[in-house]
Amino acid sequence: METFTYYPGCTLRTKAKDLDTYARVSAEALGIALEEPADWQCCGGAYTTAKDEIATKLSAVRTLNAAKELGRPLVTVCSACHNVIKQTNYDISRDEDMAAKVNNYLRLPEAYTGETTVYHYLELLRDVIGFDKLSEKVVNPFKGKKIAAYYGCLLLRPSKALAMDDPENPTIMEDFIRAIGGIPVIYAQRNECCGGYITMEDKAQAQKRSSAVMESAADQGADMVITACPLCLYNLKKNSGSELPVFYFTEMLAEALGLKEASNE
Amino acid sequence: MQRIGVFVCHCGTNIAATVDVKAVAEALGHEPGVVISQDYQYMCSESGQNLVKNAIKEHKLTGIVICSCSPRMHENTFRKAAAAAGLNPYLVEIANIREQCSWIHKDIATATEKAVILGRAAVAKVHLNAPLTAGESPVVKRALVIGGGIAGIQTALDIAEAGFDVDIVEKKPTIGGKMAQIDKTFPTLDCAACILTPKMVEASQNEHITIHSFSEVTEVKGFVGNFTVKIKKKARFVDETKCTGCGLCTEKCPMKKVPNEFNMGLDNRSAVYIPFAQAVPKVATIDPNYCMMLKSGKCGVCSKVCSVGAIDYKQQDRFIEQQYGAIVVATGFDPIKLDQYDEFAYNQCPDVVTSLELERLMNAAGPNGGTLLRPSDKSHPHTIVFVQCVGSRCDDSKGKPYCSKICCMYTAKHAMLIREKYPDTEVYVFYIDVRTPGKNFDEFYRRAVEQYNVHYIKGMVGKVTPKSDGKIDVQASDLLANEQLHINADMVVLAAAIEPDKTARPLATMLTTQMDTNDFFTEAHPKLRPVESATAGIFLSGACQGPKDIPETVAQASAAAAKAIGLLCKNSITCNPCVAHSDELMCNGCSSCEKVCPYGAITYIDKEFRMPDRTTKVRRVASVNPAVCQGCGACTVACPSGAMDLNGFSNRQIMAEVDAICK
Repeated sequence: METFTYYPGCTLRTKAKDLDTYARVSAEALGIALEEPADWQCCGGAYTTAKDEIATKLSAVRTLNAAKELGRPLVTVCSACHNVIKQTNYDISRDEDMAAKVNNYLRLPEAYTGETTVYHYLELLRDVIGFDKLSEKVVNPFKGKKIAAYYGCLLLRPSKALAMDDPENPTIMEDFIRAIGGIPVIYAQRNECCGGYITMEDKAQAQKRSSAVMESAADQGADMVITACPLCLYNLKKNSGSELPVFYFTEMLAEALGLKEASNE
Repeated sequence: MQRIGVFVCHCGTNIAATVDVKAVAEALGHEPGVVISQDYQYMCSESGQNLVKNAIKEHKLTGIVICSCSPRMHENTFRKAAAAAGLNPYLVEIANIREQCSWIHKDIATATEKAVILGRAAVAKVHLNAPLTAGESPVVKRALVIGGGIAGIQTALDIAEAGFDVDIVEKKPTIGGKMAQIDKTFPTLDCAACILTPKMVEASQNEHITIHSFSEVTEVKGFVGNFTVKIKKKARFVDETKCTGCGLCTEKCPMKKVPNEFNMGLDNRSAVYIPFAQAVPKVATIDPNYCMMLKSGKCGVCSKVCSVGAIDYKQQDRFIEQQYGAIVVATGFDPIKLDQYDEFAYNQCPDVVTSLELERLMNAAGPNGGTLLRPSDKSHPHTIVFVQCVGSRCDDSKGKPYCSKICCMYTAKHAMLIREKYPDTEVYVFYIDVRTPGKNFDEFYRRAVEQYNVHYIKGMVGKVTPKSDGKIDVQASDLLANEQLHINADMVVLAAAIEPDKTARPLATMLTTQMDTNDFFTEAHPKLRPVESATAGIFLSGACQGPKDIPETVAQASAAAAKAIGLLCKNSITCNPCVAHSDELMCNGCSSCEKVCPYGAITYIDKEFRMPDRTTKVRRVASVNPAVCQGCGACTVACPSGAMDLNGFSNRQIMAEVDAICK
């Protein structure tokens, strides 16, 4: 069993327990041990694009450094955490000035300059386990189920830093859907914004965005929508007014692997 | 004892405003061997040249130094002046005190000091200059045109008209290029095929023109006037000399599900095919990726039906080698792939098409016989949205930074043609700017807006969402009205940016010509030598040099032909005498120079030498072909024993310059 450092993030401890629980049991069944680093803290929440803003990026570096000290790649599953951590890692490995400032501040035993490899859980499935190997382990395939993958805006963007998939024409979640036996539904709004944090300020705007996503998926005949992001799930469920069910992709994975009932006991 | 004259140019105020030219002339007058040192307002003017000529005669000068602009500008002028006064032209040295001094400095004292140093270096060098005589090399009276689109065809026709033989090398099975795929041309709306195909036929019938279709240039050696080019004639599995182009094989071929590239993959062709009815040469080609006979040995239908026995499944790629005096590059363009632009749903929805696909959809020889129908359900579209600048004028890595130039006009053309033919349609065009400079171009665009009521909206499309009812939601911004729009469209047409053909870059390497960062060929001078490359004997025709419409392409094609004809008219060309030569006594035959020579000018010979003890010994030494050597000097740097030297730029001369600068 191969071991990876696993960063769940705050939301997965509170509102998005499902995303976390099913990720863990599925990984174990697929021969991957996920191990949390001690004393992890918040990823920083949202990536600040200001070049001189260092303070909010420090917590992401602490996580990255913890993985480096453990000598293992880092796996994340929440879209937002993944976005912040991977972008921070990308920038610190390329921007010497930023690396110097961060290291001056953190005073780590050994300077951190982007050594850790960061995987999103989907990348773990695709690049480490392999979707073909995954499909061999599926016991409850989603036969005939039309599943719409919702990427949202930040799972794949900025594409250079995240280097995960083509942000305008992605395939990773569709390939995942195929691996668990479902039929992927391609719809135009799959990589548009769900409304995000705007729901706090302007509910109507968030409703407009999330309903556009759900309508587009429903229009293309989807039976359900899957996502990797707690905030997307919230908006699509609570703000869209759509009847279409929305799940975390890890929940579908656990169900396909026949682990859902067991993990709920 | 050398008698050297120094002439310092003011270049109006170009030099004199930053360099104290009188002080420079005064300082250089004290250099050893300098017998006269003068300044003058415009040394390149006739009176300036006369000043130089008279001084050469009056002071019996053995060498002159001109402190002026870059030698690229006027070295030839002063060499000619010196020759006219009886001085060997290679006893002239230029000290560049303009581009490398006055233009880049602000402080007069610093600039003057630097000008003196540069002049001093030139004086030190000219002391060691030797008179050189330029040789001559013959010109092969045959031209090669690479690319058989409208640019290549026009260039070849013009060269042939002047009486010279021309070969066209075209990688596709037929000449004609992109223009053959276009339906109508702006701004006159005449049919592209009607004006192109007569030219294609003319090219094939011209006794001076040889067309190598389905062929590629694989190797280029030699130099201006005498290029040796290797051409690969790709196996088309059909004997070109026997095939009559009857097309029976294409009808009977059972493999009919091959995407038809001529119709942009909108319909299918057979595995053995003739790209279009007016193809030149009208000869069938077998696609080895789809032919069942070639793939599995099971079929052979085309061979059975061919009455002239032209099918040859065993045909191999063939190579031919040919000598040329001039080469014209006419490799053209391609629209960019739109995989990276899926916000426009190009990969998701068959009713989102590129402009070139629309050309085929509207063409009588296209998949729908000229009736505009949606590719998805063959229904008549009512609302059509055009998106301009897809990938053009982009500042991100996926697009092109430049304006593709032709899209504004062809989009206006498409919009107008659709409104003309189908008055029940609503046509929208989203643009960043409408750019229509050109004869009768803006009038054309105005007609689309005013006469044909095409809705031009300033703003870009943000998202294209195909819906299950077959409609396409186009979300866009109207920047003038400051509002968000949703258009319920039936078709979306994307004006994709154009980029140079992918074969251009490897070809540029073969030709040792330059390209810009976008892979367009670089002209020798952007204003004054727009159809020549910086490499002598290589000319540029059409969109390989930059985005161009048809009128501009044809104009440039004829210009390139004129330049090529100018070269081919000469029986010989004067060679540059500043070439490398090897001191055989010092050469140890190590091959270092041969390895670095980019022109293949160095070979090795076994030569007999008398040794000090009166014996003889055969040694391997380097030998430079002066006609091939371009005088780049790479060998002189690589030579470990110092045997290689460059005429006019000898190691001694360069060291003397360095010493003078460091003094």
